[in-house]
Amino acid sequence: MILNHPLLGPRDAAEFTYMGDAKLIDRPDWQSTNAAREFYEYGYLRDNPAGPHEELWFHEAGDRSWLVVTRDTVTHEISKVELARDVARRRGRST
Amino acid sequence: MRYSGFKVIKEALTGHKGWTPAWREPEPQSHYDMVIIGGGGHGLATAYYLAKEFKQKRIAVLEKGWIGGGNVGRNTTIIRSNYLLDGNEPFYEFSLKLWEGLEQDLNYNAMISQRGILNLIHSDAQRDAFIRRGNAMILNGADAEMLSTKQIKERYPFLNTHDARFPIKGGLAQHRGGTVRHDAVAWGYARGADSHGVDIIQNCEVTGFRIENGKCLGVETSRGFISAGKVGCAVAGSSGRLMAKADMRLPIESHVLQAFVSEGLKPVLPGVVTFGAGHFYVSQSDKGGLVFGGDIDGYNSYAQRGNLPVVEDVCEGGMAIFPALGRARLLRMWGGIMDMSMDGSPIIDRTHIDGLYFNGGWCYGGFKATPASGLCFAHLLAKDTPHPTATAYRFDRFERGYMIDEKGVGNQPNLH
Repeated sequence: MILNHPLLGPRDAAEFTYMGDAKLIDRPDWQSTNAAREFYEYGYLRDNPAGPHEELWFHEAGDRSWLVVTRDTVTHEISKVELARDVARRRGRST
Repeated sequence: MRYSGFKVIKEALTGHKGWTPAWREPEPQSHYDMVIIGGGGHGLATAYYLAKEFKQKRIAVLEKGWIGGGNVGRNTTIIRSNYLLDGNEPFYEFSLKLWEGLEQDLNYNAMISQRGILNLIHSDAQRDAFIRRGNAMILNGADAEMLSTKQIKERYPFLNTHDARFPIKGGLAQHRGGTVRHDAVAWGYARGADSHGVDIIQNCEVTGFRIENGKCLGVETSRGFISAGKVGCAVAGSSGRLMAKADMRLPIESHVLQAFVSEGLKPVLPGVVTFGAGHFYVSQSDKGGLVFGGDIDGYNSYAQRGNLPVVEDVCEGGMAIFPALGRARLLRMWGGIMDMSMDGSPIIDRTHIDGLYFNGGWCYGGFKATPASGLCFAHLLAKDTPHPTATAYRFDRFERGYMIDEKGVGNQPNLH
């Protein structure tokens, strides 16, 4: 697989480490009244879809950036690659 | 029809006209007491033990393709019970004991060969860990023996004991481990289940569950609605996809694991050798092919095929420990989909939906578990209580903090 890195261009997927579903960006609020349950679901339950999947790839042997890659889990086709930072900001995770 | 040597000779002399199909191809009925989804090893074994051990009637196995076309025909056929933790080792040893009696029980030749499995060690720390594991195995009634480099060299002269990074310093052997003809496991259980009246329905895909007021009433299939007293799901690899139809999210990711087989060779490897440090293991099939594999690819996949970096990684590991492998040509390679769970251990449990039961999360260790998985799942379905060796395989262990994490790597499914 080739990941089209937003800053570096096409890179071999072997340079990256797979870090799971991109929903892990949406960390629950630790002060929520239901925090224990929310953190259990955050930490342990996955959608695991057959089809398009937004996921985190860490450019470990490259520029150390984190990417959100939209990839089809049935065909391995990659339709979108973004910097995880941009996705997190858009979701209001930081300013 | 019982199979025997006498029967083979009789049929050979009479033109092989007396053989009958090993199982029927029935039309699905409108209602069953028990519906098992998934006609792989675990599903067929579950149906077999439900009928034989627990005397259940009106049982169906629904398979979307053909039986044995999934992971039971894609694994590397190894059986063993060399686990460390209390939640696992009694279960896997129970499974190995069932393997030992399986062919007589099923009246079917599954080519079970207890040729032994050897886990190589390369450092003092690893030796300590494997001695501990061997002791845990012995405490649970399994067999384990630490072998010296000299003993290993006598049995496996082709191994490279002097690799610069991972010299072989010994190994943990389980002599009762070995290999099985994996297709014969599916066929043997199918024939056994069918002979006890189980309907095996192929080309019947489950498209949904009918759930009302928190109770599962049956399954929608490509061949119409089938009502059921209880529904058991045994579709490891596709668990996420199936249970999503019941609006369940699982502590599981689906990953692809690749396997390889070389051209047929004369006997070179008497047993199974695992080189964990180099992500490589190998055995030789009865046909002579070297059957080997390594790690999962490491990303979510339902594709049943992997990518080349892992092929390279596996072959590098193989060349490091078993240099003669480089002279063999690769004949075939393929991929299978694994239910990678959050602690590397499986789940055999009720769901929160009444009448809906789940068996999955086998990671890449499902094949060796087939008999015990089937028997324990049948126990749960028939009696509504877990089998004594499978009490730890619960859904709620993640929320309650009772993970069964052999490797101790936490909730990173691609690292187990």
